[in-house]
Amino acid sequence: MKLNNIGYLLKEGFKGIFLHGFMSFASICVTVACLVIVGSFSILSYNLDIMVEDLNQTSEIMAYVDSELSDAEARSIGTKINLLDNVMQATFVSREEALEDFINDHDGDSAFDGVQPEYLRHRYVVVLEDNSQMQQTDEQLRQIPGIADTKAAFELAEGFTTIQSVLHMVSIAIIAVLLVVSLLIISNTVKLAMYDRRDEIAIMKMVGATNGFIRLPFVVEGFTLGMVGAALAFGIEWLGYDAMIQRIAQVDALQLFSFVPFQELLMPMVATFAAAGLFVGIVGSWTSIRKFMNV
Amino acid sequence: MIEFNDVVKSYVQGNKALNGVTMQIEDGEFVFLVGPSGSGKSTIIKLITGELKPTSGTVHVNGYSLERIRKREIPYLRRTVGVVFQDFRLIENMTVYENVAFAMRVVGAKEKEIKERVPYVLELVGLESKVNRHPGEMSGGEQQRLAIARALVNNPSTIIADEPTGNLDPERSFEIMALLQEINNLGTTVLVVTHAQNLVELFHKRTIAINDGKVVSDGLEEENGHEAE
Repeated sequence: MKLNNIGYLLKEGFKGIFLHGFMSFASICVTVACLVIVGSFSILSYNLDIMVEDLNQTSEIMAYVDSELSDAEARSIGTKINLLDNVMQATFVSREEALEDFINDHDGDSAFDGVQPEYLRHRYVVVLEDNSQMQQTDEQLRQIPGIADTKAAFELAEGFTTIQSVLHMVSIAIIAVLLVVSLLIISNTVKLAMYDRRDEIAIMKMVGATNGFIRLPFVVEGFTLGMVGAALAFGIEWLGYDAMIQRIAQVDALQLFSFVPFQELLMPMVATFAAAGLFVGIVGSWTSIRKFMNV
Repeated sequence: MIEFNDVVKSYVQGNKALNGVTMQIEDGEFVFLVGPSGSGKSTIIKLITGELKPTSGTVHVNGYSLERIRKREIPYLRRTVGVVFQDFRLIENMTVYENVAFAMRVVGAKEKEIKERVPYVLELVGLESKVNRHPGEMSGGEQQRLAIARALVNNPSTIIADEPTGNLDPERSFEIMALLQEINNLGTTVLVVTHAQNLVELFHKRTIAINDGKVVSDGLEEENGHEAE
């Protein structure tokens, strides 16, 4: 392809967008709709993932210190606990603090007034890095001399881990299906545009235009439509997401849910939308035109 | 030059469209190709333009061997063969000038060349005063002239006209044939596929008759007539 043709081909690509205004409009609408759906689902699943992760972080192991040990001995065990691989943080809670927390948890009930701290044991609140390994870490804790007992909500931690992996799988499956559906819809829309121009393509072939020469304007057109669609979808996603967060913030019952601000997702979203727009635009037009090249 | 040597073309269903066609058209010749519907005329055109490959035999067109031509060479073969169809195949939303210029642009011609060549070709076919018209605003004869201009603009060595007068009245048909003869006089090989026996007789040119996928006669129309007798 000669360099002096590039300008003409690019111009033809852009001209095609306006020349076939309705089909271009339809392609952009389909791209926007598909990308908004895919984008919304991706953001939702990302937020759900973070929420589950946060909830999972609240799972911890309570390690009780042997009551025979002195205060100093009890405190020294912390070093050994913190050395364990999966331990993120081990916090010492003295029996006095434990009693205070207990009474506070029961709204300072006077029934506990006579209870002495000696009835309780010193303890460690152990937060883990990976809750799926809670059982192994629990066993390691039990083997540390001076640890008399442990208490851990294995089922809860396991539940969260299962929810997270199911969520991951479902998200990937749904996003993949939505992307394939988007590509098919866009490819079909571009095909309709091509069908509209089949005579033009046939004439180009007849007078000796090369396949590359015929393809390029359509690919430029597909690329432009894809990118315009992606930009619009990105804007809609941003505005929609911000509006949703603001709405949720106003509803007390929904305060449990915390959503990541869009600014935090800006770069990955820009990259994803641009890549998706580029992909559906170029692949959509490239594959659609193939059928019309066999003239 | 167009050369067919013992060409057989069978379709998937097994029926033979061409069954041992041998013919040769020299550079600068004017030839009529005649025959009833289904005789194999369209297959010959498709073989010449590289739309089909022969099942057996050899086809040479303007230096290209069609039986072993590569896909990427076909556009370059087509630049040597201008094709004119019965139904004109013009782009309705382009003007006369744009329709012709389009054929140059898509083969990568420079704008300067286009500006020089298009008016010359339009003058040759007598459409110089209608450059800004759209095909829909023109008569059938004018549309066919435009189609001829488009076929000519890339300066092919051969023009193939497939039933060029099929949609025209006798007077316009004569004009189109006269124009094709004028183009031939300028050195371009012209192959006209037609049913119009009156035009074949009137223009008194070499005529290849084909029937059932075989060449049944080849020569001047009157010689063919004598052979038939």
